[in-house]
Amino acid sequence: MKKYVIIGNGTAAVGCVEGIRSVDKKSKITIISEEKHAVYSRPLISYYLEGKTDLHRMKYRGDSFCEDNDCRVLYGTRAVSIDPEKKLVALNDGAKLDYDALCVATGSRPFVPPFEGLETVEKKFSFMKLDDALALEGTLTKVARVLIVGAGLIGLKCAEGIRDRVGEITVCDLADRVLSSILDADCAKIVQERLEANGLHFLLGDTAVRFEKSKAVMKSGKTVEFDVLVLAVGVRANTELVKEAGGNVNRGIVVDEKLQTTLPCVFAAGDCAEGFDASIGANRVLAILPNAYLQGHAAGVNMAGGKACFDNAIPMNSIGFFGYHIMTAGAYDGEMIEEKTGSGVKRFFIGENRLKGYILLGEVERAGIYTSLIRERTPLDTIDFDLMKKVATNMIYSEKERRKTFGDVV
Amino acid sequence: MKRIYVNEKWCLGCHLCEYNCAFANSGMKDMVLALKDKKIFPRIHIEGDERITFAVSCRHCTDPLCVKSCIAGAISKVDGVVKIDKTKCVGCLTCVLVCPHGALSLGEDGVMQKCELCLENACGKPACVTGCPNRAIVYEERGDKA
Repeated sequence: MKKYVIIGNGTAAVGCVEGIRSVDKKSKITIISEEKHAVYSRPLISYYLEGKTDLHRMKYRGDSFCEDNDCRVLYGTRAVSIDPEKKLVALNDGAKLDYDALCVATGSRPFVPPFEGLETVEKKFSFMKLDDALALEGTLTKVARVLIVGAGLIGLKCAEGIRDRVGEITVCDLADRVLSSILDADCAKIVQERLEANGLHFLLGDTAVRFEKSKAVMKSGKTVEFDVLVLAVGVRANTELVKEAGGNVNRGIVVDEKLQTTLPCVFAAGDCAEGFDASIGANRVLAILPNAYLQGHAAGVNMAGGKACFDNAIPMNSIGFFGYHIMTAGAYDGEMIEEKTGSGVKRFFIGENRLKGYILLGEVERAGIYTSLIRERTPLDTIDFDLMKKVATNMIYSEKERRKTFGDVV
Repeated sequence: MKRIYVNEKWCLGCHLCEYNCAFANSGMKDMVLALKDKKIFPRIHIEGDERITFAVSCRHCTDPLCVKSCIAGAISKVDGVVKIDKTKCVGCLTCVLVCPHGALSLGEDGVMQKCELCLENACGKPACVTGCPNRAIVYEERGDKA
């Protein structure tokens, strides 16, 4: 019998539990959860505010998850240090947990730059945890003017979630375009127009430098009056526990393709980890939900003595605003090929006979076929490339490949 | 376990599987009332060109990426069948982003739908298979991957 400890109770932790249990049905699993909620899906907090889900349905796993997987969750508890020599995790209540294998799944936290006068703002929120969403919800009124700092995935999903519950939304970002982490300038412009048509106001290439109660003074000198402030500038990986224990940490906790950190018997997964990104051939924090689960699962399998190698992670996002869908994946280098269709725009990035990345706006059907070409590094001269540009279809593959997919167990 | 397998050499491209699927999952008893003059939302679709056609539906993969990627925890694999809890789905399309076979689609109700082998609707076995006039779609045991 082994003892497994998981620090964190999010998506990576669930992946880790399910990974462990795919190998080891019996040993003890203890989860340290700072939040007092049963595991829920963080990306669903905007859908919660929008009314597309509720507190029950947004739970990431069913109510019997812990029982079914025989794991104990210590709610409202924080890990304060790891002793990798003695294999102990110290908790904030003074208790110590010993482990045979440990998974650090501590996620990330909002990064709040030191804005002058931020302390004078009464109603200010981050937008990451369920408690953030619940607190923000308490301030939403039909006349509220909301200023969102950050036009990235978090800020814009927040805007979509609350649009019908507030008076006015302004989004500002130091970047000169929306979704600057996943869109190029042209695509960002198209998306911005869509968002503006749905009532959002933007101040781009500009950001707040000073707050005076309900007024933001921008870098440009403009001022924005608001009632509610949402700070969605960015996130930072929670790496401290591993760093202080002597593990290798960059932007995230450095892990290999087995999700092992540089500390013996200590694994890391999810938004806190910096693993191999196959699209750039280097380590990078990929703070996306599928990656958290996949890393957590692989970590769990390896913790339990199985063999899992996760070496084909790539950045990928599916995000929609007001019914308009955007999908992106991979890296945007190499030659760009654009295909305009009736309802959308597709941009493919090609190099070395491979699909390196793509941006799809509006037309996203069967996009996983494209994602798979990136992840599997499929040579483009083995598929019908001209057809691929126009439509995502299994017809791009040879008859032999199709026979494998549809005639065999996959 | 038994899965759906497709032989493109025998597919006529008649699209009957799409209609049988949409009807089987409509919950209605009358096919005409269920489908006539309506846009149908089948969980299987025909791909191809003027020479080759074949039906595409969920492969119930050994290692399903959709299950691992679903941001809502709405997709699970139970007894070999990949299922979606439509009450939990928020329509983010992350499953579409990751499915290498293009097997999931948005349903009439704005949330995702996928082939669940008709095991829980009135058919009890895949309606696409039963209705295929040329046995191009079969439901049988061809082993399992380790």
